[in-house]
Amino acid sequence: MPQFRIADAVRPVAETPRRNPVKVRLLAVGAAVLVLAGCGGSATGSAPAEPGPGARTLTVFAASSLTDVFTELEARFEAAEPGVDVVLNYGASSDLAQQLVNGGPADVFASASTATMTTVVDAGLLDGEPTVFARNRLEIVTAPGNPEGITGFADLARPDLQVVVCAPQVPCGAAVEKIETATGITLAPVSEEPDVRSTLGRVTTGNADAGLVYVTDVASAGGAVEGIAFPEADQAVTDYPIAVLASAPQAELARAWTALVTGADGRAVLADAGFVGAP
Amino acid sequence: MPRFLWVPAGIAFALIALPVVGLVLRTDLTRLPELLLSRASLSALRLSLVTAAVSTLLCIALGGPLAVVLARGRLPGMQFLRSVVLLPLVLPPVVGGLALLYLVGRTGLVGQGLELAFGITVPFTTGAVVLAQTFVALPFLVVSLEGALRTAGQRYESVAATLGASPWLAFRRVTVPLVLPGLLSGAVLAFARCLGEFGATIAFAGSLEGTTRTLPLLVYLARESDVDAAVALSLLLVVVAVVVIAVARPRAVLS
Repeated sequence: MPQFRIADAVRPVAETPRRNPVKVRLLAVGAAVLVLAGCGGSATGSAPAEPGPGARTLTVFAASSLTDVFTELEARFEAAEPGVDVVLNYGASSDLAQQLVNGGPADVFASASTATMTTVVDAGLLDGEPTVFARNRLEIVTAPGNPEGITGFADLARPDLQVVVCAPQVPCGAAVEKIETATGITLAPVSEEPDVRSTLGRVTTGNADAGLVYVTDVASAGGAVEGIAFPEADQAVTDYPIAVLASAPQAELARAWTALVTGADGRAVLADAGFVGAP
Repeated sequence: MPRFLWVPAGIAFALIALPVVGLVLRTDLTRLPELLLSRASLSALRLSLVTAAVSTLLCIALGGPLAVVLARGRLPGMQFLRSVVLLPLVLPPVVGGLALLYLVGRTGLVGQGLELAFGITVPFTTGAVVLAQTFVALPFLVVSLEGALRTAGQRYESVAATLGASPWLAFRRVTVPLVLPGLLSGAVLAFARCLGEFGATIAFAGSLEGTTRTLPLLVYLARESDVDAAVALSLLLVVVAVVVIAVARPRAVLS
């Protein structure tokens, strides 16, 4: 760009050049990042204890809706098996299945639908057959006190209501579709959420009047929402299968974990969380 | 140019290009037509293009003046304002979406007023998608335009002023033509950012076919049940992005 002397003369305020501002700024950013990284490192504080001889890690992939139950069972398992660390990886069942198919390392897979378990079965990744250890059913969820006066599934089709459901691609949404087919009532939701926790969140934040989530989600939300059971939910009960992977590095522990989940202790904890007993 | 730069440059290019190659290789080409021409994907593509275009126009209409103020205005605390404008770049998009929800959601500060006064609810509407995209894309436009304005300097405007041009005339006939390339490349960046936006949209606007389910949301949903469909749709998004960049970007840079 050519330099005009006249322009220099009329420039209202001289823009005084500073000492290489870019360099200074880069250094500052770099220093800040290092400081923060240092903080992060020290903030984690309790570094895991040095694994002693015989320390073993059991890796469990589990559907998000099992978070509360499996975290409780983890404590019991680790108390019973000294030197064992259970690592729980929670997520959407479909995501976990994809991770396993693509070589994700795990000993046990507990999923929220038979369809996602089938993905893993078809890939030939399992040791033995999956076992259904729990079942879940849908409930209508509203703000505490049910301000809209919803009494049953048919009310959800009311045009004055903002209703959210799960998308048909995920287990909780597939269940909604089944109920719609069985009852002949079609809902017009304002949003089809990607997972059951998002659906619940829409109601807890007050952005939707009602939603369809699992009984267990209503239980875990405490008093933030109100659950309304409805008989048509029996048309679409979701099975939760669990299985040991053929490539499990800790096959023995994996079987012990599965035994805990399917045994009396597991059943009690599952029932407390609102799960329906296994068939 | 020193020759050793080729090595890190090559690694950088591979880091960007190879995942996309992986995506192409993973695509089931025989199913591609039916996957891309399904009702769900066509409606998502249309929604994506329309909302991204509207959001980009909003970014120009609102972000353009903001860039001028940041580049030319003399206020105390300008540095602080500039940092605030950059926030959407560093905020995780989901957090941005939640922030919007807490502001204009039904229980939000502004949202409650809107519902009481006008009966308007913002979440779950196409407008919410546009708002979320504008939020995340604004900094891209503001930053590139502000850079262009600073590079251009104020000499020409000053000359125009000495020749008797009003500030508005000087802005229209001198400033805007000077920074047009910067504005264009900023708009392309903003459009591309809107096209790929996922987190803020799903957190704020929800996901419903034809209303709020843009292509990235459809990809996310499709991978739940049909990974091949998700891959094919991702590829569609890549193609759209490449076309947009190819059409607008070189011209913006070279002019």
